[in-house]
Amino acid sequence: MPSTEEPQSSAATKNPRRRNGSADRSNPLVSGDKGGVAGDKVFNGLALAAGVTILLVLAFVAIFLTFNSVGAVYTEEEGLNLGAFFSYAYPLLLGSLMASAIALMIATPVAVGVALYLSHYAPPKLSRTIGYVIDLLAAIPSVVYGAWGMTFLAPALVPLYDVAHEYLDFIPFFAGTPSQTGRTVLTGGIVLSVMIIAIITAVSREIFMQTPKLHEEAALALGATKWEMIRTAVFPFARAGIISGVMLGLGRALGETMAVALVLSVGPLTFSLISSGNSTIPAEIALNFPEAPPGSERQAQLIAIGLVLFLITLVVNMIARWIVSRHKEFSGAN
Amino acid sequence: MTSSTRTAERPSNPSQEPQGSRRNKLAQRPLPPWTWVVVLVASAVVAAALAALFTDFHLGFVFVTTLVLFLVTSYVVTRSRAGRRKANDELCRNLVYTAFILALIPLVSLLWSVTSVGMRGLTEPGFLTSDMMGVSGTTDAESVQEGTSVQGGIVHALVGSLMITLAAAAISVPIGLLTSIYLVEYSRGGPLARAITFFVDVMTGIPSIVAGLFGVAAMSWFLGVLNQAGLISSSRSTMGITAAIALSVLMIPIVVRTTEEMLRVVPNELREASYAMGVRKWRTITKVVLPTAISGIASGVTLALARVFGETAPILVTAGFVVNVNWNLFQGWMTALPVYIYRQFQNPINPSLSEPSYQRAWAAALVLIFVVMMLNLIARIIAKVFAPKTGGR
Amino acid sequence: MSKSIQAIDMNIYYGSFRAVEGVSIDIDSRSVTALIGPSGCGKTTFLRSINRMHEVLPYASVEGQLLLDGDDIYGSGVDPVTVRTMIGMVFQKPNPFPTMSIRENVLAGYKLNGTRLSRSDADSIVERSLSSANLWNEVKDRLDKPGSGLSGGQQQRLCIARTIAVKPDVILMDEPCSALDPISTLAVEDLISELKEEYTVVIVTHNMQQAARVSERTAFFNIAGTGKPGKLIEYAETSTIFNNPSEKSTEDYVSGRFG
Repeated sequence: MPSTEEPQSSAATKNPRRRNGSADRSNPLVSGDKGGVAGDKVFNGLALAAGVTILLVLAFVAIFLTFNSVGAVYTEEEGLNLGAFFSYAYPLLLGSLMASAIALMIATPVAVGVALYLSHYAPPKLSRTIGYVIDLLAAIPSVVYGAWGMTFLAPALVPLYDVAHEYLDFIPFFAGTPSQTGRTVLTGGIVLSVMIIAIITAVSREIFMQTPKLHEEAALALGATKWEMIRTAVFPFARAGIISGVMLGLGRALGETMAVALVLSVGPLTFSLISSGNSTIPAEIALNFPEAPPGSERQAQLIAIGLVLFLITLVVNMIARWIVSRHKEFSGAN
Repeated sequence: MTSSTRTAERPSNPSQEPQGSRRNKLAQRPLPPWTWVVVLVASAVVAAALAALFTDFHLGFVFVTTLVLFLVTSYVVTRSRAGRRKANDELCRNLVYTAFILALIPLVSLLWSVTSVGMRGLTEPGFLTSDMMGVSGTTDAESVQEGTSVQGGIVHALVGSLMITLAAAAISVPIGLLTSIYLVEYSRGGPLARAITFFVDVMTGIPSIVAGLFGVAAMSWFLGVLNQAGLISSSRSTMGITAAIALSVLMIPIVVRTTEEMLRVVPNELREASYAMGVRKWRTITKVVLPTAISGIASGVTLALARVFGETAPILVTAGFVVNVNWNLFQGWMTALPVYIYRQFQNPINPSLSEPSYQRAWAAALVLIFVVMMLNLIARIIAKVFAPKTGGR
Repeated sequence: MSKSIQAIDMNIYYGSFRAVEGVSIDIDSRSVTALIGPSGCGKTTFLRSINRMHEVLPYASVEGQLLLDGDDIYGSGVDPVTVRTMIGMVFQKPNPFPTMSIRENVLAGYKLNGTRLSRSDADSIVERSLSSANLWNEVKDRLDKPGSGLSGGQQQRLCIARTIAVKPDVILMDEPCSALDPISTLAVEDLISELKEEYTVVIVTHNMQQAARVSERTAFFNIAGTGKPGKLIEYAETSTIFNNPSEKSTEDYVSGRFG
């Protein structure tokens, strides 16, 4: 019954889009412009290709790094030598973790405080302006932070390190000769903390703002002080969000290169925070890669620790995302 | 700072004051506002004394000690006068304000130092118009010893940054844009879309130096293949385009995330209106959806540009550094502005007289911050001014 | 210019959920047909299936036949895009394109498809469409202003002008007045009565007075309960539906006893 022989010629001529309509078909609806269909297909294909490209790029990152770092653990002459690579890599890894841990310990309370200030204490108008200012912290290039840490922060901290050394010598972290330039792992950690404050603040503020108003008002109506309200209504709701923000900050701190490369005067691993020494994986790569001859074992070694760094940040970020997504399922009703 | 809002949470009502002698039973007797001034001043004095005793009057030490003393004393005072809950409340409020001030200090210090130190170098003649050709340890020593102006400039670094950033944008924007179109318009939440979303998230966390290593490794491999096929004779991967590829790895996820967000807020009604007129999907996307979201997308892309413009590490390992202008992305080393700053600090031209190098570095840092801030500002203006006016009722 | 619609035993699914079951209906050309019924009864789903707009949602599918002057719009090889050029649609909320001026909004059907129009053709289309939508006099001096600057009622008439600019055979309206104030509603209702001189109009409405005012025939849809499919209960002259319905549930609904 779709093939009734009613005259349909008017349909083909009256609309400019359908002037290519084939007259021999009984159903004029079938006579779409084939060019348009092709356009749809091409565009869909392009969009799909772009998405697949991203997956390929990420796969290539992993493949290339793995492939190029083989030279670090295996050579024709010496065969497999994991031990050498491990003894090269572990001080760098510990240095990275140390600097990031310091950064997190400083940045987390400050960032949560700032986020609370922006979401619950500051007047709304001021809060927006300050939000921009905090965003500026994130926008400043890392090399500038490094320069600032090296020229201004480090010398300013020298007297404090001296004091710490004098009175807190019994704690291993403050043992050893204090650096007279101030370019120590603690200074590096402080610079890193400034850099990650912005990201932790942004994530925490977002989640604080989403706290259900009803919960807050319920707490206040029971006679809670503002702090009790925050403790009982805001923090339980925001815990997962804060943790994931901290994890994102950790990923950033682990991968940060320039600030550490400039601030730290690198040296062998030491647990003293106030004497020079230590290095991190990204700083090691940045300081040595330009001089490493292409294709050499040294270059392979640097790429290999890059791969280690990649894997660690990958895990950290995936944990952060996982926490966020799990949290989303729970708070879906809100 | 604390006294003005102190009574805000209290259930007292100031309008009942005219009742004169009868004391409002709901009102607590407040501490006089000057209490806090006294506590603050006292804390500062004690801190200064401690600082003089132990540290030759270190200002940072004074500041930190003052803060700690103030927090402790005000807690004790409130607790003795108004009770534990009130004291906890005030302590936490003070802590929140402290955190905020602590976060502002480095920002202010950094901006002030960059501006004050950088201005001197920026005003040297020829800083913005010359490169580093002919600048050597000798010329720097001369400028220090004879007080002549510091030679050398950043024009080659500006050219390098511009070329590399534009090339990175040329790679990332089409890929990022099309990917987000796929995610929002075509995928319908299938497994591929979920995989892409997940891995884009993963990509945002790639350390920039790792992206640089990837650029080197990928380009060496690619050139090696071409070389073996006899298409080219050299396989030196250090050049501008390698840096651009490395930066794309960092830029693509930013573009995808912001564009996706912008496309999702385009009202579905507009798409339906277009479909209902018999407009094909790809035309609907290019002529209705994208124009509606374009201001947000442009703003996001500008922010991404600002981000990669300030990246140092990936360019350092992929494009190297030179002293003269190089416009060619596909041949020879190239200096970017952040790498220039890094090199001037890390390897001063004259290692014994580093002042001229530092001066150039600070001036370059000022230019870098200026460019990045301008890009941020432009992004905000684009987002505000060019946003389509919806719902004018 | 105007075409009839004939649905034969249509079932509409979202995934495995059957939203509408067994609808058979004949809609004459050059008439106004109202679809009424309680919320969720499938009347909007049915309306959107007439120009295959429901396919915009994922996993939607249809069984049965829907004939436009005898041609099955769900026949094999039929492109939904072609169907939609012949069957226009006006939505619940006015949705002029925010990036376009009033003039561009009217010409959107041509511009978006990349059809080139001469200046004089475009001018005559704009004037004719806006006049048919009773909007020409109100906007002729500000054709280059953004369409979103108009009032709600004007925006809705602009959307109608945009729909009739591409000369469809049928116009579908999905609660076109539910977001409008009473005066704008009156203007749009007047317009609907004029449109039936040239077009087949199918309108979904929650407002029974409106159905009584504008339509010649009315179809009553109902649903047995949540999770059950919507069904066409009764289809007759509007006066019959409102004054002398043959089904008990229709009478209950039109007399306001439920829904």
